[in-house]
Amino acid sequence: MRRTRTKPAQAPSGTDAVQGMGVRTRTQGELVFRRFVRHKGAVAGMIGLGAIVLLAVTSIGAGPIPGWWPKDFSSTGTIVDSGKPTLSLLPGFLGGSGMQMGEHPFGQDNVGRDYFALTMRGTQVSLVIAFIVGIVSTFVGTLIGAVAGYFRGKSEAALMRLTDLVITIPTLLFAGLVAVMAGDRGIVVLGLVLGLVTWTPTARLIRGEVLSIREKEFVIAARSFGTSARRIIVKHILPNTVGIIIVSVTLAIATAIILESALSFLGLGVQPPDTSLGRIIHDYQNALTVRPWLFYWPGFFIIGIVLSVNFIGDGLRDAFDPRQNRVRD
Amino acid sequence: MSTNTEPANGSRVHAGKTLADSLPPSDEEILRVEDLTVEFPTDDGIVHAVRGVDYSVREREVLGIVGESGSGKSVSSMAIMGLLPGNARVHGSIRYRGTDLLRMREKEHRSLRGDKIAMIFQDPMTSLNPVQTIGDQLAEAVLSHHLVSRKQALARAKEMLDLVGIPRPEARLKSYPHEFSGGMRQRVMIAMAIINDPDLIIADEPTTALDVTVQAQILEKLLEVKDEVNAAILMITHDLGVIAGMAHRVLVMYAGRPVEIGNVDVVFNQPRMPYMAGLLGSLPHLDATEHERLRPIVGTPPSLINVPPGCPFSPRCPLADDSACVTTEPELAPVDADEHYAACHHWSRLAQVDDPTAYFRAESERSR
Repeated sequence: MRRTRTKPAQAPSGTDAVQGMGVRTRTQGELVFRRFVRHKGAVAGMIGLGAIVLLAVTSIGAGPIPGWWPKDFSSTGTIVDSGKPTLSLLPGFLGGSGMQMGEHPFGQDNVGRDYFALTMRGTQVSLVIAFIVGIVSTFVGTLIGAVAGYFRGKSEAALMRLTDLVITIPTLLFAGLVAVMAGDRGIVVLGLVLGLVTWTPTARLIRGEVLSIREKEFVIAARSFGTSARRIIVKHILPNTVGIIIVSVTLAIATAIILESALSFLGLGVQPPDTSLGRIIHDYQNALTVRPWLFYWPGFFIIGIVLSVNFIGDGLRDAFDPRQNRVRD
Repeated sequence: MSTNTEPANGSRVHAGKTLADSLPPSDEEILRVEDLTVEFPTDDGIVHAVRGVDYSVREREVLGIVGESGSGKSVSSMAIMGLLPGNARVHGSIRYRGTDLLRMREKEHRSLRGDKIAMIFQDPMTSLNPVQTIGDQLAEAVLSHHLVSRKQALARAKEMLDLVGIPRPEARLKSYPHEFSGGMRQRVMIAMAIINDPDLIIADEPTTALDVTVQAQILEKLLEVKDEVNAAILMITHDLGVIAGMAHRVLVMYAGRPVEIGNVDVVFNQPRMPYMAGLLGSLPHLDATEHERLRPIVGTPPSLINVPPGCPFSPRCPLADDSACVTTEPELAPVDADEHYAACHHWSRLAQVDDPTAYFRAESERSR
């Protein structure tokens, strides 16, 4: 077990030292952190997501805070060199034009807007929506799944039929309808709406897991000590579903980015002049043959965000499982 | 590994508590179970898991309940806790200090559970939450019933861990169940059961999942804490040795009914129900000769879906005849000794011989 991995001489402290054991017990927090940082994919995802967030926030700034990139995402300009990207990563001695950002690193669109600023704004919006959806849909799904799974009987039937009902409604249509009804209230409202239609898979997953955990002896033992149902769900059952919850969050975030793109494609999502990664792709869908960079920059960021989030989720799931003693090498 | 060793520091080694050393039971009845029946509807028919159980437990008394798997001993104790699955049909009455638990509202019942009536489960490996610290779980048992701060609850938890013999209790509060050995986890379960000073501890095969040396320590500890909190113990087991060592009285169950009840010494020395005689006869003896074979009770218990009329033990009983035994089920009735009851038409025939287990010896020799 991991405890024996620490060299005896390393950290003799406290009562252990008195007993001559010389092995320091790690706290649970340290263990979770250790397992997380040993998960290479998770660390890579963390760096990737961190870099994307940092770039998106500092470049064009957020709200009143100005960024270091001088151009605005909505103002047009003269098209230089048919809007080709000026970003160059190939150094001069290898035949490139040297490492430089240039005037328009990601190029320009057909009306001369700076595509770097536009992509950064799209990334900001998509990230905000995705995280709101991740939190809302996981919260609602977990609540409904846990209550249905724990109490069984009539409340389970009612909640699960509600879930089925929400599943039968085409998500896109429903979200679109609610978005129209809500009007253009900005990206936070859009995130909430999407969250309220994407909780169904989480609810089903959580219910299934709760059904199995509620029969475990430690739950019966907790009941035998007179613990209330609310406390059993919150303290005993949900911590045992942390793996599923984290996976749900990551899946919900990935789904949200795609759903938001689809809604924007239909003109129901983010409204111009604001933009999002999905909206950018939609706006320039006909430009693939003439201005391919209008396509691959937002695509690159979508893939980057979704991959990073999934890797982080994988690492967190492994790190939070106290039964897992194996540390990834 | 250091954390998995049982406590070995000198101060905790004691001579071992036996039943004789502990406080004697008082006359006050704390639990009275009357005509308890439990049925489970299934696709194959109704399973009559418990078919009329009567017994009482006095203050500080240890009542052992023995029986084989499916004899209804666990189901009847889960009925006391109110933890049977929702489809169970429970009838009769279970009075705790005069109040009927079966007619209580769930909220009132819950306030008794863990406070006045506590339970220790069979498998300590699965009855602790793997993702919560021991300290949190112990504190939770306190916080569910008392309006105290978390800090006070943890102090109480530490005190209890110390009482059940966990070394360095302060540090172990922050440990997770997987960092404990089986014996230590069962100690934690005992600590959790007694943390609110219960009147009654239901121990459902508390040592079945443990190895024999640890078993003895746990049973001693149980007797020790029983006096500490003045609790009675309902000891459910299928180990006759455990009953002999630590119960005042014993209740023998067969096919969902009590078939014999009485003081441990009396029941073990003068069994008046052939089933109990057969159980005692099947125990291996230390003085047995090399080629002596074990003497099992031939046959299996009846199905609890279609319980045949007559004595449920009659198909396996060497004393059974073709009249009363197959037509009427015997009631639990007083036999020769004081406070000794048995459910057998022919108990007097067992009383006539010195060694009632002899009937089964003849039986198994015939079947050889």
